[in-house]
Amino acid sequence: MSISGEKKSAMIDLSGVAKSFVLNNQGGAVIPVMAGAGLRVAPGECVALTGASGAGKSTLMRMIYGNYRANAGRILVGGTDVARAEPRDIIALRREVLGYVSQFLRVVPRVPTLDVVAEPLLALGVDEEKARVRAAELLARLNIPERLWSLSPTTFSGGEQQRVNIARGFAHDYPALLLDEPTASLDPVNRAVVLELIEAAKARGAAIVGIFHDDAARARVCDREADVSAFTPQAAA
Amino acid sequence: MTPLLQVRGIEKRYGARIGCADVEFDLYPGEVMGIVGESGSGKSTLLNCLAGHLKPDAGQVIFDTRADGPVDTVTMSEPARRMLGRTDWAFVHQHARDGLRMNVSAGGNIGERLMAVGARHYGDIRARAVDWLDRVEIAENRVDDRPSAFSGGMQQRLQIARNLVTEPRLVFMDEPTGGLDVSVQARLLDLLRGLVRQMGLSALIVTHDLAVVRLLADRLMVMKDGHVVESGLTDQVLDDPQHAYTQLLVSSVLQV
Repeated sequence: MSISGEKKSAMIDLSGVAKSFVLNNQGGAVIPVMAGAGLRVAPGECVALTGASGAGKSTLMRMIYGNYRANAGRILVGGTDVARAEPRDIIALRREVLGYVSQFLRVVPRVPTLDVVAEPLLALGVDEEKARVRAAELLARLNIPERLWSLSPTTFSGGEQQRVNIARGFAHDYPALLLDEPTASLDPVNRAVVLELIEAAKARGAAIVGIFHDDAARARVCDREADVSAFTPQAAA
Repeated sequence: MTPLLQVRGIEKRYGARIGCADVEFDLYPGEVMGIVGESGSGKSTLLNCLAGHLKPDAGQVIFDTRADGPVDTVTMSEPARRMLGRTDWAFVHQHARDGLRMNVSAGGNIGERLMAVGARHYGDIRARAVDWLDRVEIAENRVDDRPSAFSGGMQQRLQIARNLVTEPRLVFMDEPTGGLDVSVQARLLDLLRGLVRQMGLSALIVTHDLAVVRLLADRLMVMKDGHVVESGLTDQVLDDPQHAYTQLLVSSVLQV
């Protein structure tokens, strides 16, 4: 296959991405955190972001999701440049194409767990009954006891919240997925379930970018690693 | 896609003082935009200018009407604007008593808005009122009670039912969860989110509560001294604020 052919097939394609934080209320301090970042992920591929704590793994992931603003460069996800897109285009992208499993579950209080998990599907216009069936399947697979499904996850344990978050992130078959430590705080049984979900997503052609502190998990599901330390701005320059 | 609302150069002065100035944005069908800022930042003035309650000194508020397409509502006739206020627009006040008729029954409050757009059949009106009470989680047996006998949270839900019964396309909300207990707020937020999704509503929500906009709004506009200082995707503005004022606002929130 030609190189240009591969170029076209990348689902996630970053080049020349730079980011600094400007602290306006602290003397206008400018903190450059990333420069010249590039990354290409093809459908069916899983790439692990690596680098020491503070190297910018989460920052890069948040920029791909459009949660942090990039100061320069291009962040193409399914053809949309997240670095330049209008809010409504990013919202549509997040609804249809780009999923994100963060480390924290953020929900409207009092909403039942089953509805929290079904929500991404409802937002896509999937029939309520179908969405709930899919949500129930995922919750059962992730060993969340059925008696908890009608309760809000806000009072659940850390591990349970993390599993609800994962169920929600996998409810829709996103063509691109961002996973921020998806196996953290999970017991071996649930860890295995999450790894199976990731493998299944790859098999159906999802392009995945992940942060895994769990070496064995990373070795099992990731096809290659991208060390973000390479994108650290040179202080001496 | 045509924006539902196109706001251009809106300005309102109170004598020499600026209420709001140079406000511009487009709102698309199904979008929910939050407007935040401290007291006196001009957010309520802006909302009232957009909703036709205040006449701006300059600018256009172009609404994509069902019949005639995009029309500037600032220059449209008063009767036409009022008709819009009863049909395609809705306004949810912070204090439910400003948006309800306190001496009319709950069912009557909902029915009145239906009658204003031509509904006449008593049975139909009552049935729709009961349906809407159910949708905002008010028991059917309260249909004949006056809102003065309702709790604050129930009054607010009744106000929402009264506003949404005519299936508007654009809802203006001024601090819809202000002054309510946090548990009541949560229930209202959940209700509003569900209704926005099911009805495909567009909404403008003025609030000073950043947690509320994070959960309800797709987009966010930050105002200070009558001007928009920053706008964008809600989570981006809150998690990676660029303007000094937004950075201050976000860092000032107490963590629970």
